[in-house]
Parts: sequence; structure tokens; C-alpha cells
Amino acid sequence: MKKKLLSVLLSTAMVAALLVGCTSEEPVDGGNAPADGGEVSTEDGGAVVEEGKVLNIYCWNEEFKSRVTDHYPDYVEVDGTTGQIGDVTVMWNITPTTDNAYQNNLDSALKGQADAAADDKVDIFLVEADYAGKYVNVDYSMALSDLGITDADLANQYKYTQDVVTDVNGNLKGSSWQGCPGVLIYSRAVAEEVLGTQDPAEVQEYVKDWATFQETAATMKEAGYFMTSSANDTYRVYSNNVTSKWVEDGVVNIDENIMNWVADSKAMVDAGYTNTYDLWSEDWSKGFYPDGKVFCYFGPAWFVDFSMAADAEGSIANAGQWGACSGPQGFFWGGTWMCPATGTDNPTLVKDLILTMTANDDVLKEIVVDDNDFTNSKPVMDAMAADTSYSSKVLGGQNPLGMYCAGVETIDLSNLSDYDQGCNEEFQTAMKGYFEGTYATEEEAIAAFYAAIVIKYPDLTVPQ
Amino acid sequence: MSKTKKGNVVSYNKWGYIFLLPFIIVYVVFQLVPLFNTIWNSLFEYYEAGLNVVGPNFIWFENYKTLFATPDIWKYTANTMIMWIMGFIPQILVSLLLGSWFSDTRLRLKGQAFFKTVIYLPNLIMASAMSMLFFSLFSQSGPINSILMQMKILEEPFDFLYNTLSVRTLVAFMNFLMWFGNTTILLMAGMMGIDASLFEAAEVDGATPGQVFTRITLPLLRPILIYVMITSLIGGLQMFDVPQILTNGKGEPANTSTTLIMLLNRHLFSKNYGMGGALSVALFVLTGILSMIVYKFSNSEE
Repeated sequence: MKKKLLSVLLSTAMVAALLVGCTSEEPVDGGNAPADGGEVSTEDGGAVVEEGKVLNIYCWNEEFKSRVTDHYPDYVEVDGTTGQIGDVTVMWNITPTTDNAYQNNLDSALKGQADAAADDKVDIFLVEADYAGKYVNVDYSMALSDLGITDADLANQYKYTQDVVTDVNGNLKGSSWQGCPGVLIYSRAVAEEVLGTQDPAEVQEYVKDWATFQETAATMKEAGYFMTSSANDTYRVYSNNVTSKWVEDGVVNIDENIMNWVADSKAMVDAGYTNTYDLWSEDWSKGFYPDGKVFCYFGPAWFVDFSMAADAEGSIANAGQWGACSGPQGFFWGGTWMCPATGTDNPTLVKDLILTMTANDDVLKEIVVDDNDFTNSKPVMDAMAADTSYSSKVLGGQNPLGMYCAGVETIDLSNLSDYDQGCNEEFQTAMKGYFEGTYATEEEAIAAFYAAIVIKYPDLTVPQ
Repeated sequence: MSKTKKGNVVSYNKWGYIFLLPFIIVYVVFQLVPLFNTIWNSLFEYYEAGLNVVGPNFIWFENYKTLFATPDIWKYTANTMIMWIMGFIPQILVSLLLGSWFSDTRLRLKGQAFFKTVIYLPNLIMASAMSMLFFSLFSQSGPINSILMQMKILEEPFDFLYNTLSVRTLVAFMNFLMWFGNTTILLMAGMMGIDASLFEAAEVDGATPGQVFTRITLPLLRPILIYVMITSLIGGLQMFDVPQILTNGKGEPANTSTTLIMLLNRHLFSKNYGMGGALSVALFVLTGILSMIVYKFSNSEE
């Protein structure tokens, strides 16, 4: 352990020394380098020090890769898992999130970081809000300031996106290109047929709070539609509006609002308003097509564009037949942060990637226009929300950015814990048993959740 | 003279040991050492919590206490045994039937080699591939549901993968399908080893085929049956890949198809070496006890 600490310390010192070299040269073009100053430093840095030839990026899906492929100027795709930036090879190490697989893989890579050969070192890893704290508050992640990224560079970003990746000492350790306020996404055709309107403002009246939501669900059921594809669809909306954390002082804690979700969902499942599919399962995705007979999903911008089968012929998204309204409660879902790993052998490239992908307004605007994502720049988003020429194809020509802009202001992250991902996953699994009737009572299901969570996180205890 | 003879014997013995050596080395390095290592590990509190490593702290039998304090372990043991028995009973019956048909010289079945190959084929497919296949076949939007709905047997899709009985049946069926060929071949070998004159004598005495089977074949087949039973029991207790893949590692519904090794997998997935060790040792002891029971029980009837 001591040896590891020492080596981490040494490598930090080495990188810091390296950066001192960078900064000592930069004042020539003025301390107030513009947001695209990253490019300048690439040339400078590249000339001064020899950097690694391999850039290792750890992530859990193709999203970031496609963003880099489409929007990072020098990136050339080689094949499914490699790319090329200049003479540096980019290696994508993609492990799915499910069952902690991504984190476990990343954990062992980071632990071996100090001893790994330069080309095998993790350079950038991505994290989600659910477990960002776990990586931010340790020395395996690097403060952005150590890379020479200043607060001024990131001034346009939404504050909450920085809160997620700020460690206990106030160091910013990651950066995101997106904001993830969520909305309710409804099928326009179903709304027209059952509710007699497809106008977002009018549909909102039918889903404005949970009681009305349930009433509308009954109407949907009569017309032969499911309100949501799965009870798990509404989970995030409840779990983001909690008043306590999943884990308090090492003890698992179930918030009152989570229990509201259980009660409401049980009622909906029993009444046949929804199902109990796992998120991302094939059955759950059926509602992306008209035959699935699903009225609405909940999700943020990335979900609308990236996950709803927009490329598939015959899907609702492909036909631009979804609409968006704000739904019963505000929430956020996901979001991907880029964190530089301590010990990276490509600091200048890492810096440039972070600045280009998350702080360059031109690139961020391009991402909105091409991919309909909600990007992490307040000025860009405010301008585009007011811009009538922008519209989302998936959402049938609606411009949802205004809704996202309003939603992003309400995002509250004070109740995140490092264990959220496992807790959310295991809780949904256990509750599925209750909704389906395999566990006769709520207590039984909660006991099963407790049993599962202490296996997943041996350091936690459960209330007796 | 006698001296040299003795020397010869000794030097021949030496070759026996030398030929055994590769096995012994492999066994010690890859089996015996890990076995004791596991037992040793089970006495420690040793896991990774996120990026921190906790332990190893020597805590005597705390892991075992925790393990047996949770009711789940008994539930998972029951799951494992139930699914094994559900698969083993049809397996042994079908294998006995097929074995006696194949080995019956008077039946003279045509194309024996073909059928023997066919029944063994499922065993050549990876268990996980088989499981994945059944997963797709029986999912709610899968072909089985659509066939049943088109035949008007079902009104709406039935969730085969979220029903205790159907999941257990599917697991048992897959295990049956994969292993009955293997068992058939073993039993057939046993049956062909029985002296044909015994069957002829029975026939002369006017025994019915049923009597021949119960009075001659079965008793003489006992050693093979015990062997089949014990190997199948050990395999059954270690059941993992089929239910793991079929239920996405969750033992759905509500852990009613979670087996002991799936629990072990969960502990090891969280890098909890202490608990993993304790569970492995418990499983080792359980396997030993059950095998002893089977062995004693089948031998004591003589």
C-alpha cells in the first residue's frame, strides 16, 4: 500500500513538473487564452516533451466515442475500438455498466496504474453521476487545474455539472459536455387518439402531477395502451427528488420518496397500466415502435436521440412522432464526465480533448445541431432555446431546449452517494419481485434488497 | 540372483512414480494449494470497497457465522437441489430406457451409431450458448410466445423467465438435455458389461422383460448407477452457467433460481475473498457429505 501511494505520488509529481514546463511557456500568448487555447498548447507541448503514443479511454458505451469521432477535428476512426489522433493511437476500452462490471474493470485498471507500462496507463476515464464521488475523492483522478485547465476555460458550463466532479477539497476533477435534465417523452399519435391533443402544453396538463398521471394511465389502459413501458421508467423521477442519501454513515437508507415510487408503481402494475421490464431489455424497448403500445418514456436529451432507435426504420423516433413535456416532476438522468487519470502519459492531448469536447462553444453547438444533445454551455443553450430555426427531428419539429434549460436549473445533487448505481439497480430488481407478486409483501422485497446490497458492497451495513 | 531381481522390482516401481509425477505436480499446483488457500482465506475479512482494500484481517470463523446467519444460503441450497432433482430424475429414467434399448441384442436397433451421436450432441454446445438460446426463445417477445399466441393458447405473452416454476423447469430441462446423452453412454457401457448368459437364463425361466430389468439389469448396474449419481450430484451442486445466463445473473424471479455458485459469483464479483472462501468451503463440505450419503445408502442394501 505504501509503495503504491509513493508511486502515485511520484507520478503526480512527474506530471505536475511536466505541466510547470507547459505553463512557464504559456504566458507568452497571454494568461487569458481563449476557450480554444487547447490547440495552441498541443503544438507547444508536443514540441517540448515526448508524450505517449497510446491514449487509453475507459468508458461503458459508444456515446462518447461517436461524439469524438464526429466532433473532434483530428480524430480518425481506425476500427471499432481504436482511432488515431495525429500519431497517437486512441484505444477505447468499453465495458458495460451493468452489475458494476464497468467500475470493477476500471478499479483494477486504476489500481495497476502506477505499475503499468506508459502505453497501458489509463489516460481518460468516464464516470456517471451515480458514482462520480467514488472516483473524484481519490488520488486516481487528477485535478483539471493540474492539466492547466482554468476555471475561466469552463466558465460557460452549468454549475451542477461541476459540483458532481468537485472533490471534498474543492478541486474540479472532471468535465462534461452535456447536461441531463429529463423530460416526459410521449407518443404524439397516442396522445392525439386518446387525449385528443398532441400539443406539449396541453398534454402536460394530463401528466402535471402523480395523481393526474395515474388518472391518465387509467384512460390509456381503457384505450389499450400502457402508460409507461415499465415501472422502472418513473424510477429516476422519484429517486432524483429524494431528501436523503442512499447511504448515510455506512448504513443503507431507503428514502421516503423511493417508497412512494414503490407504492405508486405497485398500484400501476396491479392495474395493468405498466409492466415490470428491466430498463434496456428488449421487451422494454418494444415501446419505441408503434406496436409496443406505450404512451410515454422519461429521459433526458441523450436518451431521445441516442437510445430510442431513431435510426431504425419504422420506429416512432424515426418518424419524428414523439413529443416532449416537462412531466410530473423535474429530474435528471445520467450524464457523462471525462476525468483525467493520474499518471496519464498524454497530458496535453487529454487537456485538449477535454477543452475541445466540453468547453468549446462551437463544438458544443455542433453537437446540439447534429445529435440533439443538451450540451454543457449556458450561453449556447440559451441562445438555441430561443432559436426557432432549431428543432428536434425525433420530437416532430419541437424545440425542447427551453424545457431542458428550465429543468437544468432545478437539478439538485446534494443527495448523491457513491453507492447509487448498485443501490438503484438492486432496489429495482428486488421491487420487481414485489410488483410481480413473487415476494408477497413489501417487507420481504426490502429484505431481499438488503441481502443483495451487502453482497454487492461488503462495506455497508443495513438497518436492523 | 535374488538381489538383482529385487533391484529390478524397485526400479520398475520408480517408473510408476515418475509417470505419476506430471499429474501430481499439476494437481498440487492447481488443485491442492488453491484448496488450502481457499480454506485459509475464508478465515479473513478481506474485500475491496470501491478503490480501497479492507483487510486481510484474521477473524476466525466470522465469515461462516455471517454466511449461515442469512436465511438466503438455505434458500439457495434448496434452489440448487430442487433444480438438480428436477433434471436428474427424467435424465436417469430416459437414460436407463435408452441404454437398455441400445444394449439389448435382441432388439437390433438400426442406426444405433447415429442416434448415439445425436443424443450426445447437445453436450457439445456450450452451456452458456444453450442458455442464451433458451433466453431468446422464451422471452416475452420471443418465438415461443408468438407461436402460443397464434395458436390461441395464450391471450397475451407469458413471462416464462419471470415465473418460479417455468424458470426452474427450463433450467432442469436444459441440464437434462445436455447430460442425458452422456449418462446413456455410461449406463450402456455398464449394461453391456453384464453377462449375456444371465439374460438368456432368465428368459428360459420365463421372466418378463420388466422382471429382467428390475431383477438382473438394475442390481448388476449398481456400481455404475452410483457413479452416475455422485458425479451428477457434484455437477448439480455446482450448477452455475445455465441459470446464470438464463436469468441474467439475478436468479429471477426473486432469487428462486439462484444457485450456490451464483451466490459465490456475486461475492467474488465484489472481490469479497473472505466470504467467497467461506462459501466455497461450505460447499465443499456439503458435497462431501451428500456424496457419502449416496454412497453409503446405495451400498448398505446388500
